[in-house]
Amino acid sequence: MDTIKQFASEFFVTGDPLILGAQVSIGLTMVAIVFVLSYFRKWGWLWREWLTTVDHKRIGIMYVICSILMLFRGGVDALLMRTQLALPGMEFLHADHYNQIFTTHGVIMILFMAMPLMFGLFNIVIPLQIGARDVAFPFLNSLSFWLFFWGAMLFNMSFVIGGSPDAGWLAYPPLSGLEGSPGVGQNFYIWGIQISGIGSLMTGINFIVTILKMRAPGMGLMKMPMFTWSTLASCLTIILAFPILTITLFLLFMDRYFGAHFFTLDAGGNPMMYINLIWMWGHPEVYIVILPAFGIFSEIVSTFAKKTLFGYKSMVFALMSISIASFFTWAHHFFTMGSGANVNAFFAVTTMIIAIPTGVKIFNWLFTMYRGRIKFTTPMMWTISFIPCFVVGGMTGVMLSVAPADFQFHNSYFLIAHFHQVLIGGVAFGFFAGLTYWWPKMFGFKLHEGLGKWAFWLWNIGFYVCFMPQYFLGLDGMTRRMYTYDFDMGWGPLNLVSTVGGFLMGIGFLFQVWQIAHSIKFMQKDTTGDPWDGRTLEWSIPSPAPLYNFATVPTVSETDDWWATKQRRAAGVPDAPAPALEPIHMPKHSGIPFVMSFFWFVAGFGFVFDWLHFVIPGLAGVAICMLVRSFQYDTDYYIPVDEVRRTEAALRGGKA
Amino acid sequence: MAATHTHGAHHEHADHGHHDQEGLKMFGFWLFLITDVIMFATLFATYVVLRNNTAGGPTGEELFNIPIVIASTFILLTSSFTSGLAVLSMQQGRLKGLIGWLAVTAVLGAAFIGLELYEFVHMVHEGATLQTSAFLSAFFTLVGAHGLHVTIGLVWMIGLMLQLRRRGITPVTERKVNVLSLYWHFLDAVWIFLFTVVYLMGVM
Repeated sequence: MDTIKQFASEFFVTGDPLILGAQVSIGLTMVAIVFVLSYFRKWGWLWREWLTTVDHKRIGIMYVICSILMLFRGGVDALLMRTQLALPGMEFLHADHYNQIFTTHGVIMILFMAMPLMFGLFNIVIPLQIGARDVAFPFLNSLSFWLFFWGAMLFNMSFVIGGSPDAGWLAYPPLSGLEGSPGVGQNFYIWGIQISGIGSLMTGINFIVTILKMRAPGMGLMKMPMFTWSTLASCLTIILAFPILTITLFLLFMDRYFGAHFFTLDAGGNPMMYINLIWMWGHPEVYIVILPAFGIFSEIVSTFAKKTLFGYKSMVFALMSISIASFFTWAHHFFTMGSGANVNAFFAVTTMIIAIPTGVKIFNWLFTMYRGRIKFTTPMMWTISFIPCFVVGGMTGVMLSVAPADFQFHNSYFLIAHFHQVLIGGVAFGFFAGLTYWWPKMFGFKLHEGLGKWAFWLWNIGFYVCFMPQYFLGLDGMTRRMYTYDFDMGWGPLNLVSTVGGFLMGIGFLFQVWQIAHSIKFMQKDTTGDPWDGRTLEWSIPSPAPLYNFATVPTVSETDDWWATKQRRAAGVPDAPAPALEPIHMPKHSGIPFVMSFFWFVAGFGFVFDWLHFVIPGLAGVAICMLVRSFQYDTDYYIPVDEVRRTEAALRGGKA
Repeated sequence: MAATHTHGAHHEHADHGHHDQEGLKMFGFWLFLITDVIMFATLFATYVVLRNNTAGGPTGEELFNIPIVIASTFILLTSSFTSGLAVLSMQQGRLKGLIGWLAVTAVLGAAFIGLELYEFVHMVHEGATLQTSAFLSAFFTLVGAHGLHVTIGLVWMIGLMLQLRRRGITPVTERKVNVLSLYWHFLDAVWIFLFTVVYLMGVM
């Protein structure tokens, strides 16, 4: 009995009322989920329709749901930090707890919120936009999702089991080494990110092949929609950057687990090597998440200004040059670490160069709006508000890239304000815009516009109230990662204002949740499949799209092909006769991705606690799943013509 | 990319909108190899940065047994050649030759792993372990990562031989053999870099 008690007190995090509250609520939520699923007899449905699905649209929806939950968790972290900093000398969080919270806030927002929301949009939109029936590797796609899911679960568990990592979101050694972080928190960091990172890498490969090889006939590269281009750019960056992360985390694991000396201070280790490596991934990573947002803005601007995108070719060029240049800027993250003047100068210039293609894009969006008939829908409002926000964020970025000035700004609140400005104003606003824009395609109804606008204004006003004061706090000398400060520093008033802004954004999030709930309850079915009067192929099919997406594969002749089709129809030109239906080739559902990822989770959990009785069965399970899959040959089937005809007739109300 | 075209072309079916699955998988595997190249590049970069940080422990010059490394290099290069012979047999439609050459390749691969393990055990006995210095951490990790790849390739090869016996040469097994041989050649190329950067430059 005593051994159990002692084990439990080491295993579970105890002694903090906040964490106790979280443990109770997690326990109750799990009981509630099990109860609801059992009561309504939904276990079989959950397994057949969702856990084993290889349908890209459903995988996309699961990504979106997870990322909204993670936005909640990361947001609560943010509000806890802002509460602690609201007044001088606050005693709301302990220093240790504060360190854990800023670490998990950063990791969750970038890797478990922004990345899955982005992958969710890729999954939902890309095949539809290029006229394909699925992604190139549907099985792999499902595996990617479940690896992300179980990796995220592992990371989130650290909050109540064993303790969270507290060495910052990029876990610099020697602080993240065994001596600096002796607990299990850092192990959760390594394995949570490692497992989901493998999934991200595979998503990158999957979408490159999908985009390059599965476009509808006639869609040349220079006729691709801009979101597809931005996805391609982002995925190319993923496959070049994520392997570096995999190895970097692996080496940190070698240090912590096997006593290697890659990044230790003794026996010849070199912590700077880690910092170089992690930023060789970390800097491209911010472009990985923002490039798709640029694609989303391009789609939305041309849809709601009713104009072809201005400067298509320069947009493509800008996307590609940003994804290449992102690999030559990593050292600007440590200008103050003594790399020398020449190195600093090189990285200062390469960083500034990125402002040029970004400026090109901003002007393209503005010129697209110029003399357009703009409709102020919520997606369009997110897009318009993004432009000034990103211009300010970009300019403060250029200020940071001036190496001598950076010695003043480095690790200060100026930096915090800058990257939140580009990541919230660019990435989060962009993904919200995209989610609202493609929501009717996912579910067949629009989100409530009024509540969406409330959420929009609360987020926007909250954003400026929160982060503008931080620029000044940074210039006044407040550094990041500080958990409290004295009254006589004079930082109190600006911090209080900033906290108010943080809570305004929190209320904005509540409005978004309300918006979704309200829209589900009072949904008005969209029967057209094209509620925004869209321009690209995804709007040419019913919403939500049938399993096979396109009954007959479309032939593309122009950049905004669906728009051109509608123009032709309006001018009275009849459509080309549709080709006859054929049986459609589809992949079979499979439970292997879910099971295999779960084994990864088991192995990861074993590595965290150094429990070989978890590690060995976990890794063996992974290997067995791979072999079983390799021996499966009967992995697809054909949907017969009759069934396609019936589905189409039902979807189009008998018109087909 | 060349392989995608040559192998994709002759079993492309003409049904509209149904993509050539095997060709897609071949292309996907090329992209995977790019990611693996970057992983090895990262390990190489780490090794090059840390290779003089011996922290008073043994250096490469003292540890490396060049005759053994040359022997294992020849074994691995030969196995790459025999895996090519396997593909050649497959293209001539000779199943027995295909499985036979794959078996020879697997035996050579296993011999390579055996020599590597012998080298590692020998070094550990001399007191040169992963924990001794940053140089040795980087050495064992880089060489071990290659060895792990070869081991995975061996398991894969055995599984594929079983599938070939059961199913013969079909478009699916043909693509699987092509992918495996691509992977095997890739490991060979990585070894040549390893041999040069780690062993030759280590004793020079």
